Amino acid sequence: MNNVQNKKRANKSLPFFFKDEFKVFFVIIFFSTILLISTFTFDKVPPILNRGIQPATFPKGLLVLIMFLTTIIYYLSFKNPWKKEKKLPKPFFLTILSFILFVIISKTLDFFLAISVLSIFVSYNWGEKRVFYLILVGIIFPLVVFIFFEMILGLRFPPGIITNLYYY
Amino acid sequence: MENLLLMMAPLFSSKLLIVLLFGTLFGLILGVLPGLGPTTGGALILPFTMTLDPLSAIVLLTSIYCAGTYGGAITAVLINTPGTPAAAATCLDGYPLAQKGEAGRALGMATVSSTVGGIFSVIVLVFFAPVLAKLAYEFGQPEYFALAIFGLTMLASIGEGSPIKNLIAGAFGILISTIGKDFMTSIDRFTYGINELSVGIGFIPVVVGLFAISEMLTQSTLLDQVFKRVALKAVKLPSLDDYKKTWKTIFRSSGIGSFIGVLPAEGGTVASLIGYSEAKRFSKEPEEFGKGSIEGIAGAEAANNAATGGAMVPTLALGIPGSATTAVILTGLIIHGVRPGPDLFREQPDFLYGIFGAMLIANVLFFIFGFFGAKLFARITLVPNKILWPMIFAVSVCGTYSLSQSIIDVWIMLFFGVLGFFMRRFGFSVVPVIIGLILGELVEGTLRQSLVIFDGNWLMFLTRPIALTFFILSLIALAFPLLRTKKQKN
Repeated sequence: MNNVQNKKRANKSLPFFFKDEFKVFFVIIFFSTILLISTFTFDKVPPILNRGIQPATFPKGLLVLIMFLTTIIYYLSFKNPWKKEKKLPKPFFLTILSFILFVIISKTLDFFLAISVLSIFVSYNWGEKRVFYLILVGIIFPLVVFIFFEMILGLRFPPGIITNLYYY
Repeated sequence: MENLLLMMAPLFSSKLLIVLLFGTLFGLILGVLPGLGPTTGGALILPFTMTLDPLSAIVLLTSIYCAGTYGGAITAVLINTPGTPAAAATCLDGYPLAQKGEAGRALGMATVSSTVGGIFSVIVLVFFAPVLAKLAYEFGQPEYFALAIFGLTMLASIGEGSPIKNLIAGAFGILISTIGKDFMTSIDRFTYGINELSVGIGFIPVVVGLFAISEMLTQSTLLDQVFKRVALKAVKLPSLDDYKKTWKTIFRSSGIGSFIGVLPAEGGTVASLIGYSEAKRFSKEPEEFGKGSIEGIAGAEAANNAATGGAMVPTLALGIPGSATTAVILTGLIIHGVRPGPDLFREQPDFLYGIFGAMLIANVLFFIFGFFGAKLFARITLVPNKILWPMIFAVSVCGTYSLSQSIIDVWIMLFFGVLGFFMRRFGFSVVPVIIGLILGELVEGTLRQSLVIFDGNWLMFLTRPIALTFFILSLIALAFPLLRTKKQKN
């Protein structure tokens, strides 16, 4: 209990733009505003064909509702500050980096290679240094999954430098 | 009698029995592994169900649901970490009892009460779902709109965490459902010229991202966590004294769980907490709760498994999911071309009663597996995260890719994984997003069609008694958390 209170107090002492409450409020309002503006670019149904509401009306209503509710939680956070979250550790950022690597490799080189690289990268950075287990998670298991999806479900994976060796 | 025979059909089909056995075993493994669970597992296995006929596919998903909900109790008792959120209340007494050297007794009680709760809820499902389906014949577009709104407000008010944050998450889920071509006018919305987005965002990339990938990120922040494991010799059936002490609690919690399950919310998690607190309130030894009370385990476990059958009631009768896992099951129904609702009860009773029977058998099967195999299942938690999660990632990626064979779906999954992580970090539950996404088309479609019927006059909603009742209930649901907070302050 004391810990939570201390964390709350620690959060209270920060300038408002560093607080989680403001960051969450800002991000939601920022993206909602962009989306709301983009709803004005949606095509409109001519009045003669229009029955009920325009296609943009419903998303507009939802975005206004989200912005309104976000303002309420931000206002309420003045009375009840959120507890301050712990700093994110290094493996978290490395896992995010592995996702970025996955997207780049799957787009430019090969889907299967991207899975292997991510698996080895994540496993290694999470503390697995034994080569056999790295091969297991990075090569053997993805290969089993690949063959299973390919043969049982009849799935065709996107072409790439390794996948092409299998298909041709 | 005829319906009873239809319910027993899975017993006479070797294919369905194999599916049931696999589903129960897979569900138990998912339930045992902290971070995974029946929702993520169901979403991961959904692409595989495309190779099955509709009944086998739904039997597989429902058996995973039943067994996965129970499986969470094994890790809750042995390592003080709930395998599923629904088993959180089981930790409170399961682990202290295990520390006293009575892990077998604690697991025995969890197994028995889960089975009783599960079977009780299937009976509720068999009798209540057809009644609700018949009522649904009275529903038009305005009533369905009001019902969907009621579902979302219930989710906000009795779900986990802040009701306002839950509402934001639910509205966000509905917003996602508006991406793509508008179903009434074919006008593009939020597609920004990307062709793949014109068909909308699929359910599977969002579910796998919000549950599996965000959990992977959560696990990356918990690598230094050490579990204290309690040794288990064998699961013991509860003694006669235990039964005398707990039978009322088991049946009370089964009733509570079934009722909570019917309400569209986070079913098992809320049910187990209420079941646990009611068990404490009625107990002759409330001071024992939190120190290893056998009644506490019974109260929590009967309730969370009873919620499984309850949550299937609105899913099958109305097409409104009662929990996150039933949202996955509902998706399974839709992608197999089965439309839930009153017509399903009239036109395909064999299909429905097959599901009911399969749920009943799944409850018996997880009793047997749990009783004889809990020790083995507990060993699965020894698989280190650094090996397990990269493997789950490989299955997630291939499963997500397989449905539309689109790499964009995989990227969407990763995006929702990161988003889900931050949502959970800042106290936003991801379950309302899923329910909002599932209900989105229903909410918008019924609203727009109602406005066509009402000639654009919103006040006409108030002239429909059933719709008005749901709106009043929605207001009560929204006011309930405020009243609860005020009462707690007083």
